[in-house]
Amino acid sequence: MIEIKELHKSYKMGANSLHVLKGLNFSIKEGELVAIMGSSGSGKSTLLNILGMLDEADTGDYTLDGVPIKNLNETKAAKYRNKFLGFIFQSFNLINYKSAMENVALPLYYQKVPRKQREEKALKYLTQVGLKEWAEHLPNELSGGQKQRVAIARAMAAEPKVLLADEPTGALDSKTSYEVMDLIQNINDQGNTILVVTHEEDIAQMCKRIVHLKDGVIVEDKKVEQVRAAQYVQ
Amino acid sequence: MRFIFDRNTWQEIFGSISKNKVRTIITVVGVLWGIFIYIALSGAAKGMDNGFESMFERIAKNSMFVWAQNTSMPYEGFKTGRPMQLKIGDASMIENRIPEVEFIAPRNVRGFFGSTPPSIGRNNKVGSYPLFGDYPTFTKIAPKKIYDGGRFINDEDISQARKVAVIGERTEKELFDKDEETIGGYIKIDDVFFQVVGIHKFDQSGGFGGDGDIFIPFTTFKKLYNTGEEVGWFSIAAYDDVDVVEVEKNIINLLKNIHQVHPDDDRAFGSFNLGEQFNKIVGFANGITFLSLIVGIATILAGVIGIGNILLISVKERTKELGVRRALGATPAEVRNQIILESVFLTVIAGVMGIILGALTLSMINSFTQDIDFPYTNPTVPIPYVLGALAIMVVLGTLIGLIPAQRAVSIKPIDALREE
Repeated sequence: MIEIKELHKSYKMGANSLHVLKGLNFSIKEGELVAIMGSSGSGKSTLLNILGMLDEADTGDYTLDGVPIKNLNETKAAKYRNKFLGFIFQSFNLINYKSAMENVALPLYYQKVPRKQREEKALKYLTQVGLKEWAEHLPNELSGGQKQRVAIARAMAAEPKVLLADEPTGALDSKTSYEVMDLIQNINDQGNTILVVTHEEDIAQMCKRIVHLKDGVIVEDKKVEQVRAAQYVQ
Repeated sequence: MRFIFDRNTWQEIFGSISKNKVRTIITVVGVLWGIFIYIALSGAAKGMDNGFESMFERIAKNSMFVWAQNTSMPYEGFKTGRPMQLKIGDASMIENRIPEVEFIAPRNVRGFFGSTPPSIGRNNKVGSYPLFGDYPTFTKIAPKKIYDGGRFINDEDISQARKVAVIGERTEKELFDKDEETIGGYIKIDDVFFQVVGIHKFDQSGGFGGDGDIFIPFTTFKKLYNTGEEVGWFSIAAYDDVDVVEVEKNIINLLKNIHQVHPDDDRAFGSFNLGEQFNKIVGFANGITFLSLIVGIATILAGVIGIGNILLISVKERTKELGVRRALGATPAEVRNQIILESVFLTVIAGVMGIILGALTLSMINSFTQDIDFPYTNPTVPIPYVLGALAIMVVLGTLIGLIPAQRAVSIKPIDALREE
């Protein structure tokens, strides 16, 4: 699903240049649930941004579902993002003047899906995250966990190839974190490929594979015995 | 272009506009005010224009007065300072020699221009009012509104030198009791009884004359005061399509010729040209119209710039939202178009509301000024002006929307998302 070869990225800061990613190689197959771990400054967010086509690598190859991602202009990047990727952010990033359902339907709007179908689909995914009754509520009427579940429904709505989650539990308490991870595991069980960036060990353990980044290189890439989040959720 | 007619686009725009009510209202008020000022000003200017027009409608626009003064140059054996006197014969000379003249009315007066007023009385009441000796043609030049049942002086009155009079509103009020029938009643003018045949309504916008003026036949006046062939002054109306200034000059030259005055003597005859004054006022009204157009457009411009400014701020406010949209697959063009369309939509909505409000205000002012004497009639704004203003707003709204739209697009989604 995802193929990365010799990925380099550096940021120019005045006269100095900061080499953030120093030749990453790895691949992710369909249906995997991968945690990318590392302390701050290890380059994990940069990697996620490149995978999410929000940023571009200096050198190296990136292939997503067989499509080489290279020399993208903004318009093309937007189309690929819409078609291939679903984003889950640490701070949820819901649009605060749109109801839960409208938020979920937004990626479908950019896919030019007619309104009726948009609403049906949005409702379907809201049901899946258990928020059917909250469809008409605005984000500020929802709790943190509910907001993140809406965000997950939104990421799912476009039916992307890969879900990219950037610290999805970073703003949540541990109980809510486990609820969200339970949801992510369930989505993964349905065969979706998911990438989770986190620095929390227990969250990483709930994935099937952990990639450790340190100073821009992969120091460890191991399969783990998945800890089911459901056991922590009553 | 298809994007503009897409229902989804509008749902998105309407959503974002209606969910940010305060911002929307503030934005709209700026342009609304601009277009309101524009409509109200240009409508008021037009109303004033119409007002002047209708005010002058009641007097012939091409009218003038000619009177005699003293010569200032010796000529053909006459010394300088010779007093001039217009004669009744001059009227027919002018009419025959100058074809541009449509009407000419010789007039005489007592109690005006410094002459002693006649004593006007009825029973025990006495008053003093200006007394005019007139021909029926006078009403062709300066129409008089005559109250029900009455009439102005007619040709019969002139030929028989009848002792009839047309009196003013004030004269009636002062000389007659309320329950008395005025028309057919008698008043005494310098000890001679005259029958009242009409009451003229005082009309300030008529320009000259007052509410106490009394008109009697020119011939009767002549008998009463023994004025012979003398004429106080001529009221003259030229045809509508001729140059009054030129006609005025020709009349003066003809009079100089008749009365043996030096051709270069500018003092012998005086004249006053209403047409010229009218043109000045028309020029003034045009100036006001032009000024209101400039002010209105400038105000609209200020309003639209205000929209641009507020949208720019709102783009900054919405950086994150726009970043999210980009991450979810909005292309830069879609983001740009949305901002521009929001700008245009707000501008047009504000514009339409301003036009409606302006029109309401104009019609309100119109109904208030209906009964008072103020040169203000039928204030309208021509449709091309309104459409032009709308077009300007759409164009400006687009142009000004480009700035925040470009700003929105130039923000990278990654930076937008990082912003807290």
